[in-house]
Amino acid sequence: MKENKIDIKCTINGKKYDFSVPPMLRLIDIIRDIALLKGTKEGCGEGECGTCLVIFNGKIINSCLVPASQVHNSKTTTIEGIVNTHLYKVIEKAFIKKGGAQCGFCTPGMIIATYDLLTQNPKPSKNEIKFALSGNLCRCTGYTKITESVLDAIKSIGAEN
Amino acid sequence: MKQNQIGYSSLRVEAPEKLRGRAKYIDDIAFPDMLYGATIRSEISRGKILNIDFDKNFNWDEFTIVTSKDIPGKNHVAHIMNDQLCLSDNLINHKHEPIVLIAHKDKYLLNIAKSKILIKTKELKPVLSIKDSLSKKRIIWGKDNVIKQFNISKGDVKKAFKIAHLIFEREYYTGAQEHLYLETNGIIAKASHNDGITVWGSMQCPYFVHHALTSLFNLPKEKIRVIQTETGGAFGGKEDYPSILACHAALLAFKSGKHVKLVYDREEDILSTTKRHPSFSRYKTAVDKNGKLLAMEIDFYLDGGAYSTMSPVVLSRGAIHAGGVYFCPNIEINAKALATNTSPHGAFRGFGAPQSIFALEKHINDIAKELKMPPEEFRRINFISDGLKTSTGQKIRDKVDLNTLLSKALKLSSYNSKIKRFEKENNGSQIKKGIGFSTFMHGAGFTGEGEKRLASQVAIKATKEGKIHVLTSSTEMGQGKNTVFSQIVSSVLKIDINLVEVIKPDTSKVPDSGPTVASRTTMVIGKLVENAAVDLKTLLIQKKYLNENYSEKEFIKACSNYTKNHGELKIFSKYKQPSFIKWNENAHTGDAYATFSWAVYVAEVSVDTKTYEAKVDNFWALQEVGKVINPTLAEGQIEGGVAQAIGFTLFENIKWENGSPQNSKMSSYIIPTSMDLPDIKVFFEEVPYSEGPEGAKGIGELPMDGPAPAISNAIENAVGISFNRIPILPEHICEKLNS
Repeated sequence: MKENKIDIKCTINGKKYDFSVPPMLRLIDIIRDIALLKGTKEGCGEGECGTCLVIFNGKIINSCLVPASQVHNSKTTTIEGIVNTHLYKVIEKAFIKKGGAQCGFCTPGMIIATYDLLTQNPKPSKNEIKFALSGNLCRCTGYTKITESVLDAIKSIGAEN
Repeated sequence: MKQNQIGYSSLRVEAPEKLRGRAKYIDDIAFPDMLYGATIRSEISRGKILNIDFDKNFNWDEFTIVTSKDIPGKNHVAHIMNDQLCLSDNLINHKHEPIVLIAHKDKYLLNIAKSKILIKTKELKPVLSIKDSLSKKRIIWGKDNVIKQFNISKGDVKKAFKIAHLIFEREYYTGAQEHLYLETNGIIAKASHNDGITVWGSMQCPYFVHHALTSLFNLPKEKIRVIQTETGGAFGGKEDYPSILACHAALLAFKSGKHVKLVYDREEDILSTTKRHPSFSRYKTAVDKNGKLLAMEIDFYLDGGAYSTMSPVVLSRGAIHAGGVYFCPNIEINAKALATNTSPHGAFRGFGAPQSIFALEKHINDIAKELKMPPEEFRRINFISDGLKTSTGQKIRDKVDLNTLLSKALKLSSYNSKIKRFEKENNGSQIKKGIGFSTFMHGAGFTGEGEKRLASQVAIKATKEGKIHVLTSSTEMGQGKNTVFSQIVSSVLKIDINLVEVIKPDTSKVPDSGPTVASRTTMVIGKLVENAAVDLKTLLIQKKYLNENYSEKEFIKACSNYTKNHGELKIFSKYKQPSFIKWNENAHTGDAYATFSWAVYVAEVSVDTKTYEAKVDNFWALQEVGKVINPTLAEGQIEGGVAQAIGFTLFENIKWENGSPQNSKMSSYIIPTSMDLPDIKVFFEEVPYSEGPEGAKGIGELPMDGPAPAISNAIENAVGISFNRIPILPEHICEKLNS
């Protein structure tokens, strides 16, 4: 059975990709199966849990909901693409110190959401933090230590400036 | 405090990998020439398979197809009883029961192929509720639909009822709950007759999977190897289910000669894996004129689903906890697990106790209201204390002071002033506020002589570089076991925590430490790890490789010298049941648990009388846990457990239709988000337990037991309605407020 395919050129974490895929293949499949970046996870396949969250053309998006046809000429950043940044390192230190990760499955998506929040707003309130992370489900932590981790990261950023 | 000391919040050892997205969960792993597997399941709840039709216009050449005929050994998934089939061959006992397995290297073609297989069935009328099952109108399991039944008796309940001042009777219900671990179930298997079987996967109990595979394939133990991969949450949902998945993947791997990956998507996971047992409780309680408990007659029934799986043990724990933290001289507990035509229900954090404790703690408030007594006063009159006996006749050995614990919790939450304030403020307000609490305990470790039966073992190995490897089959699933074990070892041996490595559970490398369940990992296995570390130190000192007071450098040198002279330095430690445990399994009496953790939880809620939503605004969780080994990790467990229990109480509802969840996606099965939960305030008390590592007791399941009744009690305080059922959804509040 010959399947309809489209040609995609895109950038993921600064690297250029060129491939042919069915138009309804999802960005999450492109990230995990073509670019072989496994940090982005699939928890629900319907844009509810946030484990597939990535930065797509500058905005956070659930990659399980983006069809390949929209990926052409796009720029995606995944967890692997931010780990070398200064902001990520501050976030990582805070999450480790405050216990913001337990099983770790929601974590990459949670970090992307945190990274995006602190990039837009370096001093969010507690409620703003909770709202920004409300698209990322966590079953282990109850979110208390996640919020504390983000607050700790904000404190560190404040101390640096 | 030093990094390696008990009581210090040592950093989670695997955190960097998890944060950077580098931790490898099963779906992140692939092998060359690997095939993907899929499961074809029953569409009916009960009936017979007439025929399996493979679409003749579809090319099946490249597909591996497995049915029950391909099973080399026994067609069952080995558990406690062996009534669950690995693949159905004739009778269907629940919707989504697995019948055919297929595999192909193209996962998209595989999905299309699933729809090309038609299972022709003859439908029979199913049994879909506890009530239905009890009626015996249709027998679907054994002789009478009763998977397990037993009685716990203490004193003379009938006699006590005759002299009662007041008898209060009520029924309570709890619904099913889906674990909704963020990472779905998944296994990769490789199998051949010569090389044996290797499986990798998301799981809590590698040796359970090992046992199931030996039975299914009729292969010697040494030919089967089970390796746990990073597990993205479990909560009991990966205690027994992975055995089924491993059997399926291994059958496909055996037939195809290739690696096979079988990973469920969210919908398949919700539809076909285990849920918390729905429960029905009936309490009939007699009190004297002073409010003292005279007698309790309790019926505790669980919906077990189509096969026995974990039901006998869930029933046991639930029934034992049904008497709670009170002293009652006369108790009769009738416990039954009933079969229904639904996917078997299974282990879920709390394991029967959240169900019975909800009923009990709601009941206690109901009686107090009837007696016109404040709920805290009624409890104080009846609290158990050390020296008194529980419902199973277990004399409480450890020091317990529930009165002080309750006072502390009420003070922390400003309970008394809030009761008065809310009563005033609720007048004429759309939002009604309320505060409520629960008092409870949770038995740590396996029930009765279970730990003795498990006969768990651990090992500690010192390498020539002075590194310490901890070898146990206990699995890390986010609870922090890797870190806690590292802390215990580094504390005993007085070495940097970075010199300790907890080896990933692999049945070819680690001894059987039993399953990672029952709040036993720190308390029971952590103690064995501590013992082994002590024995290692003692050995090196006795053989003169170390002095009593040594430096880390000297320790490393000692390991190096020892291994040079004697070869491998490996110390085993095996569980020995404390002499004070005496249990009668048949009568279900005696020492049910080695020890208990005790707690008082307070919930503050607001109910919107226009939208009928109930929200938890504040939560205080106070518990006595023996010893807190790692405060951050321990708090994390309590916060997470409370969050799951808030979900159980206010958000999570399975809409059953014909024995199957209608809401099988995350968009329709709702768990709390960050916006739905308050900051959960956690407080610990410590009364060291003699047999725990540094005095620690189990805490993993405790936080699941208390929130539901505390919240229900709080809602009653807010709007005057006593909900005897959970979940409490807006539609239920709407119905009650408008009736």
